[in-house]
Amino acid sequence: MMKDEKDRGRVEVKNGRYKISGRFHIIEPNTPIFDEDGKLAGVTNPRDMTYIHSYGGEAVFFESLGKGKLIASRCDNPDCEGYKTIFMPFRIHCPDCLMRNTHVDITDRAKTNARVHTFMITERTGAFNTLPKPVKFVNVEFDGVATILMGSLAVGEPKIGMRVVPIFRTRDPTYTILDMLWVPAGTKQEELPEGYTFD
Amino acid sequence: MITFSDRQLRIPRMSRPVYLVTGGMSKFARAFPRKRTEELCIDALTEAAQFIDMTPAELKKYIHTAYYGHFADHFGDQLLGEAVIHDRLGLDPLGNIGIKTGGATGGSTLWEAFKTVASGYSDCTLAIGWERMDEVPTDEGNHLISCAADKDWETPLGHIYTGYYAVMAQKYWQVYGKEEESFRRTMAEIAVKNRGYGLMNPHAHGGKEITVQDVLDSPVVAYPLRAYDCCLMSVGSACAILADERTAYEMTADPIRIDVSAASHTLRVAGRRNMDIPLLPNETKDQYDDLGERFPGGERYPGFTGFLAARMAAYYGYNMTGVKDPSEDLDLVELHDAFTISDIQTYEDIGIRPYGEGRTYVESGDCYHTNPQTGEPGKLPANISGGLIGNMHAVGATGIMQAVEVAQHIWGRWAEMHGDEEKWERFERIKPGNWKDLQVKGAKRGLAISHAGVGSHVTATILQHPDHVLDRGDE
Repeated sequence: MMKDEKDRGRVEVKNGRYKISGRFHIIEPNTPIFDEDGKLAGVTNPRDMTYIHSYGGEAVFFESLGKGKLIASRCDNPDCEGYKTIFMPFRIHCPDCLMRNTHVDITDRAKTNARVHTFMITERTGAFNTLPKPVKFVNVEFDGVATILMGSLAVGEPKIGMRVVPIFRTRDPTYTILDMLWVPAGTKQEELPEGYTFD
Repeated sequence: MITFSDRQLRIPRMSRPVYLVTGGMSKFARAFPRKRTEELCIDALTEAAQFIDMTPAELKKYIHTAYYGHFADHFGDQLLGEAVIHDRLGLDPLGNIGIKTGGATGGSTLWEAFKTVASGYSDCTLAIGWERMDEVPTDEGNHLISCAADKDWETPLGHIYTGYYAVMAQKYWQVYGKEEESFRRTMAEIAVKNRGYGLMNPHAHGGKEITVQDVLDSPVVAYPLRAYDCCLMSVGSACAILADERTAYEMTADPIRIDVSAASHTLRVAGRRNMDIPLLPNETKDQYDDLGERFPGGERYPGFTGFLAARMAAYYGYNMTGVKDPSEDLDLVELHDAFTISDIQTYEDIGIRPYGEGRTYVESGDCYHTNPQTGEPGKLPANISGGLIGNMHAVGATGIMQAVEVAQHIWGRWAEMHGDEEKWERFERIKPGNWKDLQVKGAKRGLAISHAGVGSHVTATILQHPDHVLDRGDE
């Protein structure tokens, strides 16, 4: 069950501080737990909470998804053993030299050479899942990128080695990793989930 | 590419030897609606005291510091859970600390307790772990566990941790299993074995007589992993008492040498970079030069097929203790079989088999108590306790349970601790009519691997009978 729009907790940053509005928790009384003989075993402790989370230096990645862009990061420190290594998932800092990485747009690279490294399919998701079932993980590899991104396939059946392209939730983005999904190369716009586009 | 400096690869040298004096466990179950966590911890500590003919009060007099393994505060909605248990165990004002490293929490708790004795800070430490996984609905439990993945990059993708192992299973099946159906059946054999051993363990709640076909027909959790491929979600507690040599021999005539090592790797498989395979003492420099030719895709290390943290924990642990070849120097192992696939991956990471050949450990019958092909003792029996699939996975307790189970074989007291009619009755479980004594005869040395996340933390606990301690070659 989703909260009504008017009840949703909202947060802004003003003067370097969080300013909150809306409802962040709904109070619900506890209930007792009895056994089959009517003896008390315990109680429920209802909790409805909303966390406030900073993306920090990763915000540019999550903001870019809604604009149809896939932003990776690269170590540009010539003295580092990881010089010119491109990271996707995005890393704010190089894990070797800890210098701040440079942002790199790899959208075109993803559109032309992304492939499924491995995958899985599940009907059993955990609580709070918002993806339609079955969920299909695809781990996507790109030429020239050191790491392998985890994502979700929105159309078709996954297969190791299959070419995939990213699609972006450019309409009403959630500003989460779910703003980018993957589809097999050759998928048509009309086959995409609502709100998602290729650009 | 990731490289490691000589300083990072230095082999730990402890200031003094450390001994496992005793250990104990509670009953393990999916839920304990009628028991608080402290009751389970006291059950475990009481069993440990009785094992060396002490009362809990007598045992407590030796403890100088306490280490509490408890992974998930949010399962119980209780921060500082370790302070609650410490109070209920009546151990104030002793110093204590909580340890949290996901699935490796139990092993990490032993690691800390071990180092404390080895350093001389304490002569006797308590390592006790528990988990309370029954106090939220299962789907919320799955979400909470998935929070051990990267919450921005991975958790939103289904909120299901099994998925992160399923992608590894798929890749391993393709690369090293060569997409053969026979490999899938080998995975299933592990579940059959471990659930079968669980039947002989009164503490276990996953014991069941099943077949390979049952595993292959069980519901898909995250394809290709099915329900019987997966570990249990459990509640329970396990503890161990560690001491220096003088104190250990004051407490018991039969302490066991214990060494614990640890290593780590990124919590997201997606973040793994390619590197050279670090070598164990039983491997050679050029051994893996043609790995990619023999197993296309295997040239990517650790990729989605290996666990660097397990390899490095074994590297440190083997070199700390003088293990040259685990199959020759050890008599049994307890491995972190969170999933059948990760069990196979670990055989290779810790050098029981070379990379690419993990399946042969099962197919040869070496991993069984009694080799089903020869009827002779298995060369290196694995997970006689039932492991995480057949016994329990009460996260904070698991690594401690594994070490205590290995030790009970070295003590030669496995049958006493698992066959006792009174214990079966007290745990309200029926001892099987075909109950079998699974004591590994003549066991002198063993290993327990405790593992977190998708390999974020791994510990290696090596146990040795004091009369059969390996020569490290540098003393």
